[in-house]
Formats: sequence, structure tokens, C-alpha cells
Amino acid sequence: MNLWEFLLHNRAEVSTLTLEHLFLVGISTGIAILIGVPLGILLTRWPSASKPILGFANIMQTVPSLALFGFLIPLNIYLFQIRLVGGIGARTAVVALVLYALLPIVRNTFTGISGVDPAIREAGKGMGMTGRQLLFQVEIPLALGVIIAGVRVATVISVGTATIAAAIDAGGLGRYIFRGLRMNDNTLILAGAVPAAVMALAADFLLGWVERVFGRGVGGWLRSWRTWITLGAIVAALAVWLALAISPAKTGERIAVGSKDFTEQIILGEIVAQAIESKTGLEVQRRFDLGGSLAHEALLAGEIDLYVEYTGTALTAILKLPPLSDPKEVYRRVKDEYAARFGLEWTEPVGFNNTFAILVRGDDARRLKLKTVTDAARYAPKWRAGFGQDFMSRPDGYEGFARAYGLKFAELREMDLSLTYRALVDKQVDLIAGNSTDGLIARHDLFQLEDDRRYFPPYDAVPVVRQEALKRRPEIRAALKALGGLISVEEMRQLNFEVDGGRRAAKDVVEEFLQNKGFDLGSAQGVKGGM
Amino acid sequence: MLFVVKMAEAQQAIDFRSVSFRLPNGKTLLHALDLQVSAGETLVLLGRSGCGKTTTLKLINRLLDPTGGEVVVEGRRTTDWDPIRLRRRIGYVIQEIGLFPHFTVEDNVGVVPRLEGWEGERVRTRARELLEMVGLDPERFAARYPRELSGGQRQRVGVARALAADPPILLLDEPFGALDPITRREIQAEFRSLQKRLGKTMVFVTHDVGEAFLLASRIALLKDGKVVLLGKPGDFLASREPEVQAFVACLENPNPSAGAA
Repeated sequence: MNLWEFLLHNRAEVSTLTLEHLFLVGISTGIAILIGVPLGILLTRWPSASKPILGFANIMQTVPSLALFGFLIPLNIYLFQIRLVGGIGARTAVVALVLYALLPIVRNTFTGISGVDPAIREAGKGMGMTGRQLLFQVEIPLALGVIIAGVRVATVISVGTATIAAAIDAGGLGRYIFRGLRMNDNTLILAGAVPAAVMALAADFLLGWVERVFGRGVGGWLRSWRTWITLGAIVAALAVWLALAISPAKTGERIAVGSKDFTEQIILGEIVAQAIESKTGLEVQRRFDLGGSLAHEALLAGEIDLYVEYTGTALTAILKLPPLSDPKEVYRRVKDEYAARFGLEWTEPVGFNNTFAILVRGDDARRLKLKTVTDAARYAPKWRAGFGQDFMSRPDGYEGFARAYGLKFAELREMDLSLTYRALVDKQVDLIAGNSTDGLIARHDLFQLEDDRRYFPPYDAVPVVRQEALKRRPEIRAALKALGGLISVEEMRQLNFEVDGGRRAAKDVVEEFLQNKGFDLGSAQGVKGGM
Repeated sequence: MLFVVKMAEAQQAIDFRSVSFRLPNGKTLLHALDLQVSAGETLVLLGRSGCGKTTTLKLINRLLDPTGGEVVVEGRRTTDWDPIRLRRRIGYVIQEIGLFPHFTVEDNVGVVPRLEGWEGERVRTRARELLEMVGLDPERFAARYPRELSGGQRQRVGVARALAADPPILLLDEPFGALDPITRREIQAEFRSLQKRLGKTMVFVTHDVGEAFLLASRIALLKDGKVVLLGKPGDFLASREPEVQAFVACLENPNPSAGAA
């Protein structure tokens, strides 16, 4: 399917995501203007503060967005019952985008107003203008071109940055980009990237035009401070209204299911969600696609009630305990520790172990007669390896793995997990660490080398639930019990393949799967949670 | 006796009483300046660049406050005036760059009336009346922006703007300094007739001695922040003060580079 066909075929979803994207960019730029312009003006009155404040804005721009999200999610800042900062979803995305947009706006306001010809300012003063009259009738109108140029830069940056919002369930065109990367699907990546680029160009063009118009001078009505206050009030009212719209009312009836940001997690999230819907009739809110360790953060913050975690990951990456190899022992340890430390409960394992799969191309495996990682170790000095950031940094990841097998690669490349498959297929690298349940393994004729030294701990998939949610809604426990031992490795791989390779919607694949397993999904129809 | 003094003071629109002005860095721009401007007269402040003429002017509309002595405007110390009220009673003309580039000609002229809260139609009528008075056809010029005018036209707008709210006092800081010599002569002549018609108190800063002689009731020649000579143009010609003679020389020989007489 080419891009055009895809966009036409999915135009409803494309327009929803585009609107979400516009919404994120619009509201964050609006708030950044409301904060940035007055701040920039204030700095012209108080120049000694300009260095530290511009420096701070500068630093904010360099903080990577995922790191910023990780920092913002646990925060709880309220103003009159309205949560301003914290949690997952559009609110946090907007806060992050505002922080990124501030610098160009503050800096240009400051520069624009400082740059007004002193002779003109003195003329205004000599005419008997008050400070406010001088500001609204002379300084702001004359600096407007420069200020709008700053808004223009901020907007274009925001359109690009807003794609990352998909990592915290805030929607937008980033969803297609992330999904496309995950599924190794160029069309999908372009379906997110092209509309975003078009939007950036359109914003640039439009604001460029506004900048030219206002750079020449503004009409009479724009010279009254009342106009400016009114404009500010309109933007503020819009911002408040939108902020209310994006802070969903907390209802005790709603169960929020989360997932990490790869296909299997979305399928598991969907399985858990549909199981709860069918067994309990509760309304389930789906908050999928949470990047990095944001799912865990969101669970701790009470933003979601459960998600499916892997025992080995929890043991080493979250609890920071040394790897263990006995699956039962690992499960017991994480269950005890989570209950004691976080007030979280590990329910029944769903049945499969998604361990790291050390993968090579099928023809290499056949040609060199490779079966195990030990077999491959002697070719390693000639090979390039590609690993995800996660594998490179986690304690049960690359370092221990390389030590266990005495591996030394010719070149080591760190990249996004979803890109490693592509790199392996395209012969950019010769060995990668994927997931054993990955549908792409069969699709691309890849060969999984056996972990013959048993380096990797078990990674049994288990729903992790907030104890508070179980107390509130005990029937969830029964629903999750029904999932115990339900999914084998082969079945999981098949489900992944249906979605990644077969290009099918996770929801449909899961519905089919659960029906085959004897779930009655009739009652679940029509209850499709928010994005 | 006291009453008489008060009366005499009231005659003075502007009174500098031993005024000094020192910059924060310690440099003194004005030394104990004493100077009176009577109502209706035009005092020209003449001097080389940096002699303190513009500083003197800015002390009148309180763009600057004296560091010593006091400036009295219409019987009240400038420091006792609300600066905004004071400035709206004083028209201020600076070189052409002082026009607001984002205002049309009409809006530039109407600035002070609008600040004073006049309603729109009255501001408009007044602006057009003033444009007429300074020799600009309102039909042609009202809607233009300053960048669309010649230097001379801009300067006329500057004068019209200063006169808009009919202030009793007018300050002019080298208003015609940036014009070419021919336009300058024309506009000076027009300004002179305007001056006679309006009868305002004016303080006019220039370094052009010809302009000073043309427009002044009295001339104050400043050098290094002090008044070297204060008198009518006639007194000026009679003085033997070297700085005065240097200026008079320029007057007698309008083109010094052409060689000695």
C-alpha cells in the first residue's frame, strides 16, 4: 500500500491524529506565548535577570524529551482542583512542549523590545506617554515582527517535538511514526512524518506572512492596550478550556490499562482490557504506547491501574537486583518486593517467556552452521552488532551478555530497538538482540541463536496491578486469573505476526484470539476506551 | 515686595536656578546654569556638539532631573510636576527619526490628543487642521507612513505633532538638522511665520548660527555646560568673547571652506 492509498484509506484516523497534533501544538504554543511574552517584557525592565532566565530556557531546550517526561510524570501540581503538571497524556506533553517553546518566544520578545530605537522611545516619553502607553502603543507594536518570528520558530519546533507525545499516550501524528518504526513499516512512518512536515511548512508559511504584515506596522485598533489584554484573555480562556478538556474527571468506575510501546505490549494491553471488559463489564481506559519506563512511572503515579510487565525486567531494571535464572524464584522475588515497596501486586503469569532473542540472518546461520551463541562468538570480531538503547543499558543486557560469552564485536551500534531488525535485514549489522516472541523473526527469515550458557533471566509476562485498584474492584482479580497460563510463546509470536506482519489492528486480532479461547466478548462491544 | 517677585516669576515660563547635571559616572554636563525663558519668547540654545544644549532641553520636560539646583516650569519645580502632565503641556520636536514608524501621519499628529482622551473625530479634525497649517495636504498625506515621506515632510509632521494639543511651551531639538540646506531654509522661513502666529514659548536647540539668528528672541551660547553669552542677536554680534566670535564667523561666511575673505 503506498502512502497516498494509506492516507485515503485511513483518512478518519489521519484527521483525528492530525487534529490531536494541531491541538498539542496550538495549546502549547498559546500557553508559551502567554508566559513567554510577558516574561520577555519583564526582562527588558529588569535586565540583570535576563541572563539566568534565558540560560534556564536554553537548558530546557537541551533536555531530551523522554527524560523530561520521566521527570514530569510523578509531579502533582494543582491549581484550584485542576492538575496542571504531572501524569501521562496530553497534559504532560503540553507542559513539555511549552518548556521547549519558551526560549524562542522569551528571547525574541526581549530582543525585539530592547531593539526599539531609543530615539523613538524617548519621543514617546517626551509626548507624555505613561510606561504602559509606551509599552502597548510603541514598544510592542514595533517589536511585533520580531516577537512573531519567535512564535514562528517555537511553532515549527513544536510540530516536530509533538511527535514524541505519542510516547506518553498524548496522541498526535507520532503514533504513526512510533507504530511504523515498531512494525518496520515505511508507509506508516511516512503517514506520520509527511503530515507533520506539511503542518510545519504550513505553520512556517502562515506565520511568516503574519510576521511580514505586522513587521510593517499595525493598524489603529492593535495599538490599544485593551486590545492586547483582550487578545491575551481570549488565549488564556482557550487554554483553560482546553486544559479542562484534557484533564479527565476521575471516576472510580474506570480502570486504566497501560502498555509499553511495542507491539506485544499493545496486544497484551488489549487482551487484559478486553478480558476485564468481558468479565466485569467495567469501562476500561486504554493508555497504551508508553515509552521507556514510563508505564512503571504511570503505575506508581496512579495514572494507570495495571500493565503487563516481565519478571526479569522488573527484577533487574526496576528493582535493580542481580539476575537470577530460576523462573519461580524470580517471580517470587518480584512479587514480594513489589508488594512491599510499591503497593503493587503481581497476578498470574499469562504463560509465555519473552526472553531476549539473539538473532542473525537465516542464510548466515545456515552457511556458517550456527546454532548457539557460543557458535557465533568466534565470528563476532568480524561482525557488527546492533542493539536497542534498552539492551545496552539494562543490567541484564549487553555488558553481562558480552562477558558471559566472551564477545568482542568489530563494531557496536546502538539504535532504536525497532530499527535493529531493519538494520539486520539490510545487512547494516550482523547480529541483534530482539525479543523471542517477535513476529518479525519468522517474517524476515531470521535465526534465533540458543542462549546455551543461560545468561538471560526468565521474562515471564505477568499483569502488575495496583493493590488499591484490586481493593476498589475485586472482580478484576477474577478476570486476570482467567488469563493465567493462557498464551504460549508460539501463540504470542503468532499474535505479534498478525499485527506486525499482517498489518491488522491489535483490537481485532485480540478479539479473535479471546473468542477462540472461549471468552464471551458480547458485552464488550461498543465500549472502546479513549486514546 | 514679595508679591512683586512672585509676579516677576510668573512672567518666566521656564526658570533654571543654578542647575547642574552630572552623569552617574561623575562627568558634569551642566555647571550651575541660570537661565530664564519668558512666556512667548523663543530662546535658542546654541553651541557645539556636547556642550549641554540637549541636556538643558530634557531638564525642562523632565526626561532628566537636575542633580543640583532646580528647574521651574510655569511657577512649579519640575520635580513637583507629575512628569506625564508636565510633558503633555510641552510640545517636543526632535529630528525626523522621532516619528512613530508604525503610525500613519495622521496618527502621529494625533498622539497627544489621543493620550489626553479626545474622542476620535475631534483628534482627526485637529490632525488635519495641523497638517494644513504646516503645509501638508491632509488628503494626500494623512494616510501615509513616515517612511513614505521626504525628510522635510517628516519634519513638518514632527512640528504638527508637537502642536497638536496646543501646548503653551514647545521644545525643539535640532529639528531641521538632518535636512538638506535648501529645504532647511524653506522650512525655517515657514517656521518663523508659524512662530509669529502662535506666540508660544519656545526653546530651540541648534548648532546652526544662521538658524539661531533667524528664529531667536534671545540666544544662549553654551560651552562646556556653561552659558558663555546670553542676549539678543544684536548683543551677540557685539561680543568679543572668542567662542561667540567663532560662531559669528560662521554667520558672516556661510561657506568657510571657500577660503578667507
